[in-house]
Amino acid sequence: MKYELVKNAAGRLVPTEVNGKPQVPFQGVHGYKPTGNKAAPPIASCSDYPMDGNKIVGSIKEALEKAGLKDGMTVSSHHHFRNGDLVMNQVFDAAAELGTKDLVWFPSAAFPCHEPITRHLDSGVLQYVEGSLNGPLGKYVSEGKMDGLAVLRSHGGRWQAIQDGEVHIDIAVIAAPTADSMGNATGDRGPSACGLLGFGLADSMYADKVIVVTDNLVPFPCVPWQINGQNIDYVVVLDKVGEPEKIISGTTQLTKSPDRLYIAELTAKFVQAAGIMKDGFSFQAGAGGTALAFAIYLKELMIEEGIKARFVRGGSTKYLVEILEEGLTDYILDGQTFDLEGVRSMRENEGHLNTSPFTSYNWHGKGNFASLLDAVVLGATEVDVNFNANVVTHSDGQMLHGIGGWQNCLFSKCTILPIPAFRGRIPVIVDEVTTLVGPGELVDVIVTERGIAINPLRTDLIEATADSGLPIRTIQDLKAEIDDLIGGVPQKPKLTDEPIGVVKWVDGTVIDTIFKIEH
Amino acid sequence: MMSKMFQAGPQGGRIKSDCQVFYTPGKDSLKIEIESKVKVLFSNAIQELVEKTFGDLGITTGLVKINDFGALPFVMMAQIEAVVKRAHPEITLEVLPEFKGHAQYDTSSGRFRRSRLYLPGNQPKLFLNAGIHKPDCVILDLEDSVPPGEKDAARLIVRNALRSLDFFGAERMVRINQGELGMKDLEAIIPHNVHTILLPKAETADQVIAMEARVDSILLEQGLDRKVYYMPILESALGVLNAQDIAFASKNNVGLAMGLEDYTADIGTQRTLEGKESFFARSMLLNAARAAGIQAIDTVFSDVGNEAALRKSVQETKALGFDGMGCIHPRQIKPIHEAFAPAEIEISQAKRIIVAADEAEAKGLGVVAVGSKMIDPPVVKRAERTIHMAIDTGLIPENWKEES
Repeated sequence: MKYELVKNAAGRLVPTEVNGKPQVPFQGVHGYKPTGNKAAPPIASCSDYPMDGNKIVGSIKEALEKAGLKDGMTVSSHHHFRNGDLVMNQVFDAAAELGTKDLVWFPSAAFPCHEPITRHLDSGVLQYVEGSLNGPLGKYVSEGKMDGLAVLRSHGGRWQAIQDGEVHIDIAVIAAPTADSMGNATGDRGPSACGLLGFGLADSMYADKVIVVTDNLVPFPCVPWQINGQNIDYVVVLDKVGEPEKIISGTTQLTKSPDRLYIAELTAKFVQAAGIMKDGFSFQAGAGGTALAFAIYLKELMIEEGIKARFVRGGSTKYLVEILEEGLTDYILDGQTFDLEGVRSMRENEGHLNTSPFTSYNWHGKGNFASLLDAVVLGATEVDVNFNANVVTHSDGQMLHGIGGWQNCLFSKCTILPIPAFRGRIPVIVDEVTTLVGPGELVDVIVTERGIAINPLRTDLIEATADSGLPIRTIQDLKAEIDDLIGGVPQKPKLTDEPIGVVKWVDGTVIDTIFKIEH
Repeated sequence: MMSKMFQAGPQGGRIKSDCQVFYTPGKDSLKIEIESKVKVLFSNAIQELVEKTFGDLGITTGLVKINDFGALPFVMMAQIEAVVKRAHPEITLEVLPEFKGHAQYDTSSGRFRRSRLYLPGNQPKLFLNAGIHKPDCVILDLEDSVPPGEKDAARLIVRNALRSLDFFGAERMVRINQGELGMKDLEAIIPHNVHTILLPKAETADQVIAMEARVDSILLEQGLDRKVYYMPILESALGVLNAQDIAFASKNNVGLAMGLEDYTADIGTQRTLEGKESFFARSMLLNAARAAGIQAIDTVFSDVGNEAALRKSVQETKALGFDGMGCIHPRQIKPIHEAFAPAEIEISQAKRIIVAADEAEAKGLGVVAVGSKMIDPPVVKRAERTIHMAIDTGLIPENWKEES
């Protein structure tokens, strides 16, 4: 397939049409403001639903049939079970049994447990997957095997796309750890408890048909009703919907690497030295071993100085829960629970609040939580000398990661990327990122084991930390040191002119294209 | 007939920042096959390096296979040199990586040696960032942590690391092997800015004298005018009993180190946490070192995961009078530095002494006095050391004089 490519405001070549839909090229961080109204689902009538509220049907297959599954439809799902999801493989197996073709899967993220789905891509049950692709699906797409482009969006961007009508969901499948027969559902309790269901909220509000799948049916009312039964068409009861122990993935384990612990410690010291850590402040430390270690070091500094935060943002983990339960913050505003302690805390602690991509991240709204944060720490695969950052591809061109809330978090008052200066022989600081995911004007600081580089735009941070004794250096200086160590600047991967995916900015415009690697 | 295949590099497990080199000598012109985890980014650089290294060693024929897992150039060069010398022991050529400016800093005999981080000589991945954890010293180990079959390759890796890597101010130590193997180690590494040689299982003064003679002759041959320091390790009953002679055997001795694993085996017991069995040895070592005016360094604490026990152990080490101890993991460095840090009262006394010394100097007085008490020059020196250590541990700012 041939794509017409145009240069966007960041100077990157992007297609004008993706999977049959026209695209707007990136117009700058604040450049694009659409007009018009939001999308809306069809009007429903209670006359068409059982008055006793009982919407239970016998199986996933039956629910799909009743929901009117047809060739070419878009089926969505959330990823709160992360790598422990047991539902979506069954959904597409059922779709295959029904003989459906050319479906689009629109998950909020895919995980290694979804590898069996590549079979349905091969056979044509699925045409393509539109969503954050981690692990085997990312590899499948990198190899150019998928018919259609991968569209990578942030969590906020996914809400925006649904809300703005860029993506129309025909059928949403919402795996729910606890639900009643009307479809009210919650994630914070039940044998498969995963915390919250925020990533499925837009799906429940905007899809034509919505199926709740649970393994813990309770009599009405299911409280808290994170998902409203008023939006639900069918309820399916299975023996097991998820393996909560697998919501703990590799990215939620504390690092043991002494280098990364050092980076985390430096990051916490930076937040302190820059004057960000003060009473009533807020920070976000999400998944990733270094970010978790950062939270631990920062907590120590907070205790030392007697400082209390107003709120912290998760992905919650046991480390954030400790901060809450030891009285070091008033609230956790949680977007997804990363471990079972997070799930417990959400159930038990009044200050542990559940949020959604709408409240936290959505750009086409009237404000969001992410931009209120005083500091946020995020990972990255690459950062270039202009502080542009990449989180979806590696320097060798392979697509490996989803965006998550990463782009949305860039809007915090101080965005810090604690990253190793090199991985194996591969440098992290490069001349130009392989894929542009975060514009440099939003990346304030990078912290590596060999020093801290502050974006020259942030003269305030440079000034505040000038006498801190921290190893603050220019990004060019750091890069030169690493290039010398690894034996020179690496050659560029040979890329074809064949796009395999695009990266959306938070406003739905296309910020960059991922091209297939030449073999 | 097929020629024999030689190989160098790690043999199995999860290999990182290293490479395997397979070389079969033969008559046909050199054929190179490269497989690399980082080939998309470095295939050209690797090809060039492999060709050049073989060429520099005078090898123009045979078959080479490289299995690379992101080895840095200095590591790949060492593995190639190792495999070639395994196949052709008569080759004496060396292929040296560039001697980087950041590898040429000096040390001083009296510097802190609170923490000495052991790095197994055949595991270069552990070298790369060792310096960022700010140990006082790094020990590139050629002895116990390197299996017998890897001694030759480790020697080349360590040699190349000494020329290539920045250890960010840490003293650059190498623990050589015992006996004749150790003498070979010296030849390979001495020309490359080794600061201090650790001599394992020192039992007599003669060993130190023989080592020094060899080092001096290497320095002379190479036309190098610099000092190499020594730190004999006592790890046997005989060594402990000869501690005094060993300590006085060279004017370039900077310390004596204790090796308790071997020592306790030698005296027929095992190490305990309490350490009664080693009290005599440690006291002997300490007194011998002090009598010779050099540092006394304690053994390593091997339970890496147990920070609380480490902190307790360092307290005891410090209380006995030692100046430092060994580390086998970067996370041990900070607890050790913190335990060796001066107490608040030591710092405040030292501050007073230094302020008085400054005043005396400003007024051109020859004698320093705090209140009515005269202060001897060695006491001023010790106070300076205390302050230096307090700054280094982050207890007081570098500009404490302005703030006080």
